[in-house]
Amino acid sequence: MTALPTLLPTRRDEAWRYADLKTLGAIWPARQQQVRSLAGAALTLDDRITGNGWTDERIEISVGEGGSLTGTIEQAMDADGVTTQLYAITLAAGARADLTLINSGGRYGRLALDISLHEGATLDLGGAIVGGSDQTLEIVTHVRHLGPNATSRQTVRAVLGGTAVGSYLGQVAVARAAQKTDAEQSFKALLLDRGATANAKPELEIFADDVKCAHGASVGELDKLALFYFESRGIPPKQAEALLAQAFVDDAITRLPEGDARAALLARLASLVSAR
Amino acid sequence: MLTIENLSAEIDGKTILNGLTLSVGAGEVHAIMGPNGSGKSTLSYVLAGRAGYEVTGGSVTFMGKDLLAMAPHERAAAGVFLGLQYPVEIPGVSNLLFLRTALNAQRSSRGEAEATGAEFMKAAKVAAADMNLDFEMMKRSVNQGFSGGEKKRNEMIQMALLAPKLAILDETDSGLDIDALRVVSDGINRMRSPDRATLLITHYQRLLDHVQPDRVHVLMGGRIVRSGGPELALQLEAEGYAGIAAEAGLSNIMDAAA
Ligand SMILES: Nc1ncnc2c1ncn2[C@@H]1O[C@H](COP(=O)(O)OP(=O)(O)OP(=O)(O)O)[C@@H](O)[C@H]1O
Ligand SMILES: [Mg+2]
Repeated sequence: MTALPTLLPTRRDEAWRYADLKTLGAIWPARQQQVRSLAGAALTLDDRITGNGWTDERIEISVGEGGSLTGTIEQAMDADGVTTQLYAITLAAGARADLTLINSGGRYGRLALDISLHEGATLDLGGAIVGGSDQTLEIVTHVRHLGPNATSRQTVRAVLGGTAVGSYLGQVAVARAAQKTDAEQSFKALLLDRGATANAKPELEIFADDVKCAHGASVGELDKLALFYFESRGIPPKQAEALLAQAFVDDAITRLPEGDARAALLARLASLVSAR
Repeated sequence: MLTIENLSAEIDGKTILNGLTLSVGAGEVHAIMGPNGSGKSTLSYVLAGRAGYEVTGGSVTFMGKDLLAMAPHERAAAGVFLGLQYPVEIPGVSNLLFLRTALNAQRSSRGEAEATGAEFMKAAKVAAADMNLDFEMMKRSVNQGFSGGEKKRNEMIQMALLAPKLAILDETDSGLDIDALRVVSDGINRMRSPDRATLLITHYQRLLDHVQPDRVHVLMGGRIVRSGGPELALQLEAEGYAGIAAEAGLSNIMDAAA
């Protein structure tokens, strides 16, 4: 799977190092590429963002009628990395998207999704934010229900240590025509240290009258009784904490297959716990 | 195997155990009975090392070692198992992962080889079948959505796999249906051996009909106020705790609850 095209180049790109990016920025939108799918076509996305620079892309994805988009976006940059990604996704009537976001690397990581749902479209989004030290990690979504009978489910979990800040900003907009919208947002954060911060900001903008929009957010710490239960069975404290932290993100990664991304995420959680 | 001497403990500054003395030999099964709130679960938590249960006096020796000086996971590796009165639900961790992690953690801390996946699965299947629990349930999250009786049977599955030296079973019989009571009792009896001991915390004679205890103790006012043979449980069943409370100088059963 090839990564989706970088639309606006940055100084990281050798070919554009000496270009006038400001000027280019003004004309670049004309060259925006779209990945199009045919009706019923299946798109897959497998973005892995790595390195130590600044990754700044706008990715436009259009899923045709009855089509599907499945995939993973994994932000796993090195310590100084900065990510500002925007995925603009359109789901035509009856199309569905099943996406997992992993936001865990870099100094500043922002994964933004702007998703438009037409009649009967379905979005199932899982997001895991895992950060420590002084990282700032954000998942920002703007879900637009444009047609009736569309469903969107967003499940975001954050595990934060050190003085890390994890944020989920979820805006759901329901157009007048989008009757029978079913939109759900769930955010839960687990703070491993006193200095860590979680922010949740659901925003609803509803113009239709027959809709179901649910949202919930909670912030907590490791469950002491669960830890005792694990320890009473012989599991050392750090290992018990790692298991609980891994379990905490479980709801957000149900769509993530066994493989490198999952293994890396679970390892990151274990090291975050044992670093304390 | 287990020697508790003059043990006192408090929770949030409130004294719950107050000079408790009890000794259980290898190969023995002892039952502890006592009114609600008398400190039976507290005793079990103190033995397992739960945080917040502060020992303020006395000692506990387990197989020659100072149990109170050990961390909870070390006590488990040394052979202490606590079957909880209220088993904990842990969303997102499957029973199989939990058990395998526990078994291998215990083994590696004892310097033993870890169980292979195949060995473990075989043992888990046997243990689940012995407790009449559908093996599919072992793939689900720990205790999540389990009925009260299923949770208790799950504690027994854990016990069977971890094969402890000392099993402390806190009301494992509560919430079991008639058939499950027999299944659980059989499980406890199977564990009986000359090098193991069991501490049964229970309210009911019916468990002791299936699992004959060597000794029965009554816990009241934070200590053991009476010990006897199996007949003591029958006497309690017939007479209640009032007589024993009066004899022990506890003016009523409410005082008996520490
Ligand atoms: N966190 C706490 N703070 C204060 N008191 C507590 C706390 N936890 C337990 N207790 C008290 O300690 C006493 C002993 O409780 P424990 O659970 O050990 O009783 P028990 O003998 O197991 O009762 P039961 O038969 O109902 O299971 C009770 O009076 C209870 O209210
Ligand atoms: Mg109790």
